[in-house]
Amino acid sequence: MDSLFLNQLFNGVSLASLYLLAALGLALSFGLMRVINMAHGEMLMLGGYLAWLTLLVVPGAAGIVLAIPVAFVGAAAMGGLIQSALIRRLSARPLDTLLATWGVSLILQQAARDLFGAIGVEVRAPEWLSGSFMVGGVTLPSARLFIILVAALVLAGLALLLLRTRIGLLVRAVNQDRMMASAVGIDVRRVDFTIFCLGSGVAGLAGVMLALLGPVTPNVGQSYIIPAFLVVVMGGLGSIVGTTASAIILGLFAALAQIFVDVSVAQMLLLVFVILFIQVRPQGVIAVRTRQLDA
Amino acid sequence: MPDLSRFQAARPALPWLLLGLAVAAPFALSAYDLNLLARFMAMAILALGLVLIWGHGGILSLGQGVFFGLGGYAIAMHMKLSDLPQGEIPDFMLWSGRESLPFWWTPFASPVFTLAAILIVPMLVGALFSWAVFHRRVGGTYFALITQALALAFSTLIISRQDVTGGFNGLTDFYSIFGFGLASPGTGPGLYWVTLAILCAAFVGLRWLLASRFGILLRAARDGENRVRFLGYSPTPFKVVAFAIAALLAGVGGALFTLHAGVVSPALIGVVPSIEMVVWVAIGGRYSLAGAIVGALLVNLARDAVSSAFPELWLYLMGALFIFVVTLLPQGLAGLAKGKGA
Repeated sequence: MDSLFLNQLFNGVSLASLYLLAALGLALSFGLMRVINMAHGEMLMLGGYLAWLTLLVVPGAAGIVLAIPVAFVGAAAMGGLIQSALIRRLSARPLDTLLATWGVSLILQQAARDLFGAIGVEVRAPEWLSGSFMVGGVTLPSARLFIILVAALVLAGLALLLLRTRIGLLVRAVNQDRMMASAVGIDVRRVDFTIFCLGSGVAGLAGVMLALLGPVTPNVGQSYIIPAFLVVVMGGLGSIVGTTASAIILGLFAALAQIFVDVSVAQMLLLVFVILFIQVRPQGVIAVRTRQLDA
Repeated sequence: MPDLSRFQAARPALPWLLLGLAVAAPFALSAYDLNLLARFMAMAILALGLVLIWGHGGILSLGQGVFFGLGGYAIAMHMKLSDLPQGEIPDFMLWSGRESLPFWWTPFASPVFTLAAILIVPMLVGALFSWAVFHRRVGGTYFALITQALALAFSTLIISRQDVTGGFNGLTDFYSIFGFGLASPGTGPGLYWVTLAILCAAFVGLRWLLASRFGILLRAARDGENRVRFLGYSPTPFKVVAFAIAALLAGVGGALFTLHAGVVSPALIGVVPSIEMVVWVAIGGRYSLAGAIVGALLVNLARDAVSSAFPELWLYLMGALFIFVVTLLPQGLAGLAKGKGA
């Protein structure tokens, strides 16, 4: 029981880091534009396929290191395309954005099915990632440790960007009050675009991590994106701290619930947990202060 | 142009003409086509509910499949039990090693209980679920995401409980409903007319509801929820009642669909089918009841035609339809018709 608990605790942290990588981009652009990109899960998928393609060209340990920037740039470019071609035109209609980007998601999934096949492709993890450590009766697979490390690095990088750079200052300003930010001369659309690309890139990077864990299939993003949506719902508008906290809570909850019930019941419990949570804190884990009434 | 004005004069007669054609359809269509039309009409009943909550209430639900499924599984459980000799349990339960009926299956042997369950269970679940979210003033995008999570959780739960739900294959192989053999010649048209009558009743009922004070307040809450609060109304009960009615219509639609299709399964009620239901209404016109019916019929007709020949093409087409309708035609076909007619 004890080692099962510790094992699930570790799995929870690993799951939380994947939820976090998938949800960060969603949460950032939701805070800025109040829209959700339903095709965000396909950025994970794209990252996974780009990792596979990179490893075809450059096999071995160097490949996986190279795959991370390739997936980041590829997914960021795709995100930028979706943002400028579609989402920007719909920015005042959040629910319509949801539907239009769902259309994009369907097309991307089917395109992946036609290009790479429905079964999916396997990325062979390099040797230094395929082993595992034993610590006090708990198995820690290297790949999962690596993912936790990457998530922590991404988080630290984003925090530095938001708190220490000029673009971060602009992002925080638009997040707090879009109208006022625009009135003082900030190009809010450029801020939107930059953050959207960045968030998609992070999702692409998360896709490389998924590729280390299992085969990349056309709907690999779907199994992580719905929990990631719940992370955004629970996190609070556009707050990185809130998103991180809610990813950790939900990741741990999902993993620990699986000690007592099977995966499908755990999924139902996760939803019930989120609904109960918003009874207590409808504004999310962290509420960004704003003077807007209809936030 | 004289021809056009004559067409204009005939416009009020158009709904009656269509109704007449719909009533006479069993005499003109083959049994297969009639069954297809009846299925699509059952889906149109669900679509009407989406006009109420999405078009007029501004509540986007990506989980209507859940309520559709609750109605569908209720009637399917009844048919499974009524086809069996006393004391036996459905075959799929035997195959998965069960020896007795789960307690919550037992009351579905009664037709009265089943009919009540079809009406009450989806409505109650819809009311409780939406109240839990709306009364804390969570709505909009958040609500849509939560309903999608609901659709995912519901369909995975059904798939994983193979021994009591039939799992991925769902429930199928029905022979009779309330004593009428499903294969006997009169049953098809009879069920079709029942579906048509319910569709018409739902249409007329919702038209009245949307024109009433309730409809006005619902639209007001959609356009300015806080203004409605400042005027002294709480928007929550209006939104909850609207959502419960939409859930009821989805449940009834699901039960009728299951009768016509002869099957209910997770593949018909999960995340993707739930969002497809929204596309029917998006294409028909989210503000228009008539548009939603037309949308549900047309999209499903197109789906049937395209996906039997080119299954991959359908997903591209549906994705493109989503993008096209939402960006360029937010009022759907109904908006086009209005623009031409006025």
